[in-house]
Amino acid sequence: MTTNNKIFISGDEAVAQGVKLCRPHVIAAYPITPQTITVERLSEMVEAGEMEGIYMHVESEHSAISAAMGACAVGARTFTASSSQGLLYMAEGLHYCSGGRWPVVMMNANRSVALPWSIYGDQRDSLSLLDCGWIQVYVEDAQEALDMIIQAYKIAEHKDVLTPMMVNLDGFILTHTYELVAIPEQKMVDEFLPVFETPNKMSFEEPKNLGFSSKPDDNTEFKYQQNEAMFNAIDVIRDVDQEFAEKFGRKYYDMVEEYQCEDAEVVLVALGSVCGTIRVVVDKMRAEGKKVGLLKIRYMRPFPEAEVKNLARRVNAIGVIDKDISFGYEGTVYTNVNSAISKIDKYVYKSNFVGGLGGRDITKAEIEEMFDKLFFGVANKSEEKVEFFSLNVETND
Amino acid sequence: MNRPKKQEFKFPTHIDEYPTGPQYKAGFLPEINAGWRSVRPVIDHEACVFCLRCYLLCPDGTILKENGKIEFDMDYCKGCGVCAHECPTDAIKMVKE
Repeated sequence: MTTNNKIFISGDEAVAQGVKLCRPHVIAAYPITPQTITVERLSEMVEAGEMEGIYMHVESEHSAISAAMGACAVGARTFTASSSQGLLYMAEGLHYCSGGRWPVVMMNANRSVALPWSIYGDQRDSLSLLDCGWIQVYVEDAQEALDMIIQAYKIAEHKDVLTPMMVNLDGFILTHTYELVAIPEQKMVDEFLPVFETPNKMSFEEPKNLGFSSKPDDNTEFKYQQNEAMFNAIDVIRDVDQEFAEKFGRKYYDMVEEYQCEDAEVVLVALGSVCGTIRVVVDKMRAEGKKVGLLKIRYMRPFPEAEVKNLARRVNAIGVIDKDISFGYEGTVYTNVNSAISKIDKYVYKSNFVGGLGGRDITKAEIEEMFDKLFFGVANKSEEKVEFFSLNVETND
Repeated sequence: MNRPKKQEFKFPTHIDEYPTGPQYKAGFLPEINAGWRSVRPVIDHEACVFCLRCYLLCPDGTILKENGKIEFDMDYCKGCGVCAHECPTDAIKMVKE
């Protein structure tokens, strides 16, 4: 345990503080709203000599991820950050980076993608890149954001994982709102986070061919191995969270967090900051005697299949809040949750609530309405459907 | 840095024999592409002045400086003839395979 000093900062700034504590050698990032404060603060820290790393001014996000990979390939601890269109501009490099097994850590400020152009938050940017081979974690508040940056380096750089990691914060809701955040001591972070070592680096002593092509004879084996590394991350995530809790006194329940789920009949599943609002609604409805709960999914990749199945075996209904939509089908989180539930020998009533798009609030009243709809759906054996929350106009449905 | 020596590549039989990602000790080239050639370079060492113009200009890096003499790596020479064309003393001739 430690006597942490607490300061009043935004989520973006909390990320910058976390990055500083991890002593990256290279930061290569291009500013984009709502990630901007993070990279501005980091560049100020480098300029003021508060941290020893190099801040690379790049001309685009594509260059940022390319520079980050290059730095990682000589054995440097590396950080980048992006959001929305910027993250999508990185997409080509994201696959490259995960395939090359370079453990770059990225902060992504979850923001809507155009068109219509919008700087406000939803989770379509990172969820549309779920298949790019990066570990994805979604945080609920600024403290978790700072702590997850520190954990991210330890997880990503682990020899059995060696996979890049994306720490996702809801745009504006987390990036620009202020809260008291405990800043760990540098000495303790140094003890927690060992020096980065990787076999995948350019070295004059041991020259290697880095990032080569493959023929059909080899490609499947490399991809199998990459998938296994992602599964290895599940154990590493658990161990790192446990070690973090012992050292810093804050625990995040690894892959998922269950809130009031012990005897719950109806549960909402969500990612990120909306979980904070759901907790308040759960408390209110529990006080009224309704058995409701929250499953906060922290990691979307690797996916917490075992945890979702375990919950589904105990409840009657699961509602999934998606701050995204895969046009022509349903929300991406819903698809993943459904896939896990389909593997258990029990029927669970499910519903998909698509909301919070382009920065629209998901209110306490709406969350209560979702819980009520789930109770109603179970009682009346309703059809399972994907529902948009909440449209301001009538539709033809 | 010394030029890595080509070594025989053994194809893995277990997944653990694969490197972590596509990064591997340099010098392994599991295939040769000499089959592209219809002509090959032959050097007259008497005429060669070791100016290294061919060494610099070979588009495939197949010309070696071995003990003060020019040699060709016939596993990878594609027979393009750039070396013969650029040799100031006409020491290299392209002959039919």
